[in-house]
Amino acid sequence: MAEEMSIRNAYGNTLVELGSENENIVVLDADLSRSTMTHLFAKEFPDRFFDCGVAEQNMMGIAAGLAACGKTVFASTFAVFATARCYDQVRVSIAQSHQNVKIVATHGGITVGEDGCSHHAIEDLALMCALPGFTVIVPADAIEAAQVIRAAAATHGPFYIRLARPKMPIVCGDHYNFAMGKAVTMRGGGDATVIAIGIMVDRALQAADTLAREGIELRVINMSTLKPLDEKTIVKAAEETGAILTAEEHLQHGGLGSGVAQVVAKHHPVPMSFMTIKDVFSSSGKGGELLEKHGLTATGVVEEVRSLVGRKP
Amino acid sequence: MQERTKTLRRHIITMTERAGSGHPGGSLSAVELVTALYFHVLRHDPQNPNWPDRDRFVLSKGHAAPVLYAALAESGYFPVAELLTLRQMGSRLQGHTHMITTPGVEMSAGALGQGLSFGIGNALAARLDGRDYRVYVLLGDGECNEGQVWEAAMAAAHYKLDNMVALIDRNRLQIDGWCCDVMNTEPFPEKWRSFGWHTIEVDGHDLDQIIAALSEAKIIEGKPTAIIAHTIKGKGVSFMENKAEFHGTAPTSEQAEQALRELE
Repeated sequence: MAEEMSIRNAYGNTLVELGSENENIVVLDADLSRSTMTHLFAKEFPDRFFDCGVAEQNMMGIAAGLAACGKTVFASTFAVFATARCYDQVRVSIAQSHQNVKIVATHGGITVGEDGCSHHAIEDLALMCALPGFTVIVPADAIEAAQVIRAAAATHGPFYIRLARPKMPIVCGDHYNFAMGKAVTMRGGGDATVIAIGIMVDRALQAADTLAREGIELRVINMSTLKPLDEKTIVKAAEETGAILTAEEHLQHGGLGSGVAQVVAKHHPVPMSFMTIKDVFSSSGKGGELLEKHGLTATGVVEEVRSLVGRKP
Repeated sequence: MQERTKTLRRHIITMTERAGSGHPGGSLSAVELVTALYFHVLRHDPQNPNWPDRDRFVLSKGHAAPVLYAALAESGYFPVAELLTLRQMGSRLQGHTHMITTPGVEMSAGALGQGLSFGIGNALAARLDGRDYRVYVLLGDGECNEGQVWEAAMAAAHYKLDNMVALIDRNRLQIDGWCCDVMNTEPFPEKWRSFGWHTIEVDGHDLDQIIAALSEAKIIEGKPTAIIAHTIKGKGVSFMENKAEFHGTAPTSEQAEQALRELE
């Protein structure tokens, strides 16, 4: 079992580092600072932290107004409240003016667990990828998350960064180097490729071990930057492995699978399969149980890859 | 300044007639508010639209773009002749305000209810940076149906933003009819007071009253100021006054001709 670390702590700690390096960083939250971990920043820099209360629409507008005056703004709440709840505010006040606002949403996906379907952000990536000018990133673990937050702070423009609630297995080593818009090949292989985000990167790596014992060499790609998508790496994988599986903790429409499929269909069609949450809302349960229910497991990856390889011409 | 109000009104008529669409009613009702700000109160430099110390004017009711464009052009942000490109392909003047394309526009708007929150961001930034600019947000009264306005009203008072003013163009009409029939917001001034705002009511077509209220706002400490300006939708053009249908309908060329005669 890989070592696990809290991706939210990584966010909070990185914010504190950035806060001391850059006076222009301002952080907003909507009454969830102890869960999003922005309270760490609030403690160190109380003048540059604003709790907006349970009013996400107002928070996004304030974020835009601060950014318009030159601030680098991080705005955090749970993923369901950071996207669908205030989508028009993000669209008009932030996206259409290309404001320098970093929406860092915690509690993405179904691994939120027991709180149930109202709290499961499973359409957030589709919503945010649909907004022109937004950069959308899903870090795979705490190490990558820290690098992503730094990269976002250093890059002008609107970002959506989705973090998970539970601790995540570490999949990025000490020498990991995140580059925006560049996918990272986590493991080489020539028989098929799995392109994954978030928790599914770990599951894909586990699956690759199992498949290797059967003689199937699975390439594992971490597509943490969902937008802009690294088309080059996708096309190369299609050309070199001839089969592509995508894996994400998100609905089938408008997420990673849709984006990769567009690239593959246009440049180098090969058999594809998609591990997603099918067209349903989930329910309460432990995060692991829910992943299991929706087939988002290492075993699921193994089965999908076996059948995908069988479809290769 | 009185002459300015006529010039702006003429621009609003000419622009929307030429465009064949647009929002004359709520532009005409806000003419005195915008005139008082751009030609008397605002600290701004049309040659330097990004001057960090400029006062911010945030048009939250983005459909009143024509009145803002007219004031910006008359101030020198762009040529007056450009007003006639309103809403046309390739123009810098979109149907609703867009801050990236139009010099002098502080916020992209068009979806109602968002400007007060944006203004709070501007006002907080002033405080963080130790700058003394002031933030003025113009809202419509129909716009105050939007819940976000009240989230922001709560927050501006909570943050004690005495560097910000909300001007509400209370023309009492919204698209579907009289505000009191569509969605009653009364008691309106009491709502702003109870949300913690220093609240002043003025005749929104009386420049002296508007300027006096804006001066009063400058000396209020510890809370934001709301100026409720009682206005007439379509003000200045007889057949547009108090007519909801001129919220989003441009005058025909005959109507424009008559309007311009009335505004001579």
